[in-house]
Amino acid sequence: MVSVHGAQMDIENLRLVLATDVGSTTTKARLFKKMENGEYRFISSGEAPTTVEKPFEDVTVGLRNAIREIEELSGYKLLADSAETRIIMPFNGKDTGVDLYVSTSSAGGGLQMIVAGVVKTMTTESSERAALGAGAIIMDSLSIDDGIPLHKKIEKLRFLRPDMILLAGGTDGGTKAHVLEMAEIIRAAEPKPRFGISYSLPVVFAGNKLAAPDVENMLKEKFFVKVTENLRPVLEIENVEPARNIIHEIFMEHVMSHAPGYEKLVKLVSVPVMPTPAGEGKMIRTIAEAYDINVLGVGLGGATTNIYSVYENKFVRSVSANLGMSYSIGNVLKSAGINNIVRWLPFEISEEELYDRIGNKMIRPTTIPQTLEDLLIEHAIAREAIRLGFQHHKSLARELKGVHRERTISDVFEQEVKETYIDMKKINMIIGTGGLLSHTPRRQQAALILIDAFQAEGIVKLTVDSAFMMPHLGVLSTVHPKAALDVLEKDCLVRLGTVIVFSGLSEKNEVIGHVEVKTEDKSYEVEVKYGEISSIPIGLNKRANIQAKPEGNFDVGGGKGKTVTTNVEGGIVGIVIDGRGRPLALPEKFEERRASLLKWFNAVNAYPITGGEIA
Amino acid sequence: MSITYSTHAYTPGLRVSWCTTIRKERRLPLPGEILVKKGEEVSQDQIVARTQIPGEVQIVNAASLLEIEPEELTRYMTKKIGEKVEKDEIIAFRKGFFGLTTKQVRSPIKGKIEYFSTATGNISIRTEPTKIEIDAYIPGKILETLSNEAVVIETKAALIEGIFGIGGEKKGEVHVAVKEPLQEMLPENVNSSCKGKIIVGGATASFEAIKKAIDYGAKGLIVGGLAFKQIKEILGYEIGVAITGHESIPLTIILTEGFGKLEMAKKTFNILKTFEGYNASINGATQIRAGVIRPEIIIPIKKEECDEKEEILSGSIRPGTKVRIIRHPYFGCLGKVVDLPIEIDCVEAECSVRVAVIELQDGRRVKVPRANIELFDW
Repeated sequence: MVSVHGAQMDIENLRLVLATDVGSTTTKARLFKKMENGEYRFISSGEAPTTVEKPFEDVTVGLRNAIREIEELSGYKLLADSAETRIIMPFNGKDTGVDLYVSTSSAGGGLQMIVAGVVKTMTTESSERAALGAGAIIMDSLSIDDGIPLHKKIEKLRFLRPDMILLAGGTDGGTKAHVLEMAEIIRAAEPKPRFGISYSLPVVFAGNKLAAPDVENMLKEKFFVKVTENLRPVLEIENVEPARNIIHEIFMEHVMSHAPGYEKLVKLVSVPVMPTPAGEGKMIRTIAEAYDINVLGVGLGGATTNIYSVYENKFVRSVSANLGMSYSIGNVLKSAGINNIVRWLPFEISEEELYDRIGNKMIRPTTIPQTLEDLLIEHAIAREAIRLGFQHHKSLARELKGVHRERTISDVFEQEVKETYIDMKKINMIIGTGGLLSHTPRRQQAALILIDAFQAEGIVKLTVDSAFMMPHLGVLSTVHPKAALDVLEKDCLVRLGTVIVFSGLSEKNEVIGHVEVKTEDKSYEVEVKYGEISSIPIGLNKRANIQAKPEGNFDVGGGKGKTVTTNVEGGIVGIVIDGRGRPLALPEKFEERRASLLKWFNAVNAYPITGGEIA
Repeated sequence: MSITYSTHAYTPGLRVSWCTTIRKERRLPLPGEILVKKGEEVSQDQIVARTQIPGEVQIVNAASLLEIEPEELTRYMTKKIGEKVEKDEIIAFRKGFFGLTTKQVRSPIKGKIEYFSTATGNISIRTEPTKIEIDAYIPGKILETLSNEAVVIETKAALIEGIFGIGGEKKGEVHVAVKEPLQEMLPENVNSSCKGKIIVGGATASFEAIKKAIDYGAKGLIVGGLAFKQIKEILGYEIGVAITGHESIPLTIILTEGFGKLEMAKKTFNILKTFEGYNASINGATQIRAGVIRPEIIIPIKKEECDEKEEILSGSIRPGTKVRIIRHPYFGCLGKVVDLPIEIDCVEAECSVRVAVIELQDGRRVKVPRANIELFDW
């Protein structure tokens, strides 16, 4: 039994569960059922445009449409026959009602936060990781030592409309002055909350515990202050979980309840609504823990690109708030540059035409590609959005290496300037989710996008979220972890296969290694040529022993020229052998590039391209 | 082909109406004073509400200037919290031993002492508030006043929602510069009579024509489409996220169809042509994310000019519904829904989707994903 909204619920006896994600573009409903063998399975889905905006300004309209689609497809009656949206609970054991309803949400811009700390590379960076891990988008981050004059900091802050502020700074028992100065800046700027100008903006304080009473005194008149554990109690430790939990609590109690159109949703759910990226991140962590592996994940959405890493048990989420496949698609074009998008296209298109098509997707974000050309354009943009998102992620996924020099603030600590602690050759699994990756017409397309965008190295398993339900499972796992893991295993994670990458560079199309693949009944030998890609059909639920032997300057994860022997899993795409080298370079000249792209696409049967021509 | 229809297909569309009741909320950024009463008639330019935005804050590290510990600051303050100060006026002062040396802190700005801290030793001074006024934007009757934050103005007007715009609120007379909705607006279509006007182009406008319109002091431009790259040339920078309205350009531009050269929908063009010479209120502000805002053209009209029997598009599509296709390869084509098969179908890109069969204006029947059509009364 667990307490859900104050009522006791028999969790062991959950028979039918409804989960939704109210996204910025689409509301996605998923229905899960406990089968006779006690296993939970995904049984139906429904989607409808999100209705947070006018004329509805009520997310439950889109919610009702999405749930009604499930009703039509599954035959279960879930909605009460009332004018107001109401979900029938509990399940009657036959065809009506559900036992649990959970939801995530990122509509209305998601959770938008400002973070503030004392030292930019120390507490502010930790605050960023805490806020991002909680599923927030960071509107701005401030530090005492960020080089911005005090009055400019105030000026920057005062016109922002965040949902929440996270303030940190100082180790426990250390100096209080600097964190109080930051509190003073917040007090002076007095930013107003995004929703409802009449309520107090929440400030979470997660800094030096000795400063907490002073911070509270300074801010309580104008803000709703919540104190939690210091996220850097000592230099060497980052303790972000308590801050993340408080952020989630406030998100539900203060932000969602004031967001227009959300009042009704808040009353419908059985457990608090979670920000979509928090749900997604929770599930990616669950996977890394369940298999004890290093995982990279990407949630490629309409407005944002979320990258998650669980590397040697360290969880980091980054969000590139303005890199997405619809609302912010123009920004991918702007940030990546048109040439970086064109380089992935095996056909000629004028710059003007490409600009217009991207612009039109931006202003009509719910449209989907009808032609192969349009699909290839979206996939090119997806590669660039993930590439840029991952670049940003690496700047957050780095070691905490504060070296104490002296007790002054501006240059007290020295942070090792290392791009990231993530070694691509040690990543065991890459997971893709989000509308585009979950819904590629052929799964091979998702596999290639992930390989190209992340520039995968070593031997990596590739998976995608089959029907975009990671956020749903993440929030479900807070109530019933087994149900979430059952569905994840059986219905959510689609095994695309495994990629074996030969890292290194060459100037000619020479042989750079060999791969032997043995299954119970078959064996394959592949000569790997530079600049080429190939696949071996090792299907779903099949495993194979492989021996990858790179030539002198090439590396498949064991070191240059070192053979790697291991057992890998197949999948829909099979085992992909990538001999294109790393860093991946595409030919400069269009004709050569086109030939390479078509060869790569055809090698894994990614697109309906016949005779080397785009249909 | 199936004859079973999905009952709740929902496709957002842009409103284009000969006459509708507009209710416009004019909201202050912060609570303030409402200057009009319920039922009062207001003109376009009339100020309806005002408020004050708190002034800027400057923080001075007084403890270090006075060479004292922060907790001693109270003793040396010469001004109280809330007290007014002039620029360079002394706000804290300390005499050294035997009065031989003095240390002082002067206010860097004119304002009020807002706060001082014995924890940090800082003093914050805030400038006088800035006055903010908002006008009615459209003429009409005050329908309601919302506490001390907003008013709602009601009027009868022709309304056209665009798909994308740049530039903020503008008011001016409608001036149609082209003969046909398919025509491109060229420099020869722009002359001195465009001063202060909202110009209506056709399918697009050349960069030179836009430049000429700006030079002649036109206030707005409404066209079917513009090349996305041209927006960059006009603004000097690329738009990455569709959140606009704050661009500092003299000419507010509204696209009714999308990016590219796109014939303006005939109904849109006819409304603008019919009301040529009328005063319009336009706003290019567009926000596709987090609460959609579309650019708008509001042309207030007299009650007797208003025919409200016009068909109002509901939020669902069914056979016979007029639609516009909003994605390549039929982008911009108008037509009527002939069938809405319930089964999932496959299009060229191999996407498995629900489709709609549309009969285009030229008689062709095409199959498109339902996501790629919008309700549009042409």
